[in-house]
Amino acid sequence: MTIRTLASAAILAACVCLPSVQAHDVWLLPSSTVLSKAGYITVDGASSNQTFHFNHRPLMMRDGPSITAPDGSAVAAENLLQGKLRTVFDVHLKQAGTYRLAVANSGIMASWKEGGETKRWRGTAEEFVTKVPAQAEDLSVREGSSRIETFVTVGEPTLPVPIGDGLELVPVTHPNDLYAGEEASFRFFVDGKPVAGVEVVVVRGGTRYRDQQEKVELVTDADGKVSFTWPAAGMYWLDADIADDKTSVKQAKERRLAYTATFEVLPQ
Amino acid sequence: MRPILALMLTLSTTATALAGGLDVDIELPRIDVADYRRPYVAVWIERPDNSVAANLSVWYDAKMRNDEGEKWLKDMRQWWRRIGRGVEVPIDGVTAATRMPGKHRLSFTTGQTPLGTLAAGEYRLVVEAAREHGGREILHLPFHWPATQPVQSSAQGRHEIGTVSLGVTP
Repeated sequence: MTIRTLASAAILAACVCLPSVQAHDVWLLPSSTVLSKAGYITVDGASSNQTFHFNHRPLMMRDGPSITAPDGSAVAAENLLQGKLRTVFDVHLKQAGTYRLAVANSGIMASWKEGGETKRWRGTAEEFVTKVPAQAEDLSVREGSSRIETFVTVGEPTLPVPIGDGLELVPVTHPNDLYAGEEASFRFFVDGKPVAGVEVVVVRGGTRYRDQQEKVELVTDADGKVSFTWPAAGMYWLDADIADDKTSVKQAKERRLAYTATFEVLPQ
Repeated sequence: MRPILALMLTLSTTATALAGGLDVDIELPRIDVADYRRPYVAVWIERPDNSVAANLSVWYDAKMRNDEGEKWLKDMRQWWRRIGRGVEVPIDGVTAATRMPGKHRLSFTTGQTPLGTLAAGEYRLVVEAAREHGGREILHLPFHWPATQPVQSSAQGRHEIGTVSLGVTP
């Protein structure tokens, strides 16, 4: 068995991360976000408690990342490897335009008591009916979806086609056209529609080199939009969260939606 | 490429006296480092709103195998943002090989490629240089077009660019 197949097997065996309240930041960190010719990038993925510092767990992904080329076709990650502290993969960017790199998960989590013992289950809404008892002691059902993204552009930026499912960022300012001292705007959509009240946090990378997190906290307006000015060049981590009652199983009272993305802001 | 460029420069210098245009003198400083590479340099004209009026000159390494030299075009960050990412290189009469440290004159004639015809108004000449293992620098020289008499201006770089002089000829 090669190292690569071993690594793939390990990733396949890894759990699906369902969003709860995330105790740690999850992120994808691309080696480049702007390229002037076709070529490779490498991407790190991790869950950590300091932005872009691999100090906790690798980013778990059951089926590998979902990479969409500018023409909408799917691109397979190469050399996918899950280490102890980070997950790594390479992407061959052959087309001009903007690539979307994403790790998306959704599903149901349930816990209940059976004969004094706590049972836990996670899976899809379809499996839920057969795997989780309709009536049980202390039955708790939670539903969630999460999306972790970053964008990389070869040549001229193009607009990625919206997903239309779960919480997502819809660019007003292109995510690979961000510059220090300039204002950027993004809209947040849930299931394809703009949503007010999404809580957005933006943190510049390198938190371990400063005393304060310097988080920027924003809330989307009626158009689902937030706007802010990048204070300095660097890699930024954005986290957006909202909860609603549009659950796919009636036992779940609430659906939690989480979105995180990594952006590179260039100097002028 | 070189002889053609030299011929074009000769032609445009001759024409400048007749038709008006821009003379740009760019000094690339001698930088005493072991891993010196000639800088990539871009010269363009922008309007006060940053929109591009003319893409004048781009010096990069077009000779590398598999167009590998295109990989660093993005390091001229502003040029890449304003122009580079939307065009295919090489561009006739605009792109050329990188140049040695020293003084280099570029002359552009109104009505001719790549300067073309500028509408009357305020502009900035922009010179941006980026060097492998080195830094990046950008200089802006404002000018009014057309000039009623010859106007000279200059800007002084501190790292990757020496003095840049601009002569605007009516």
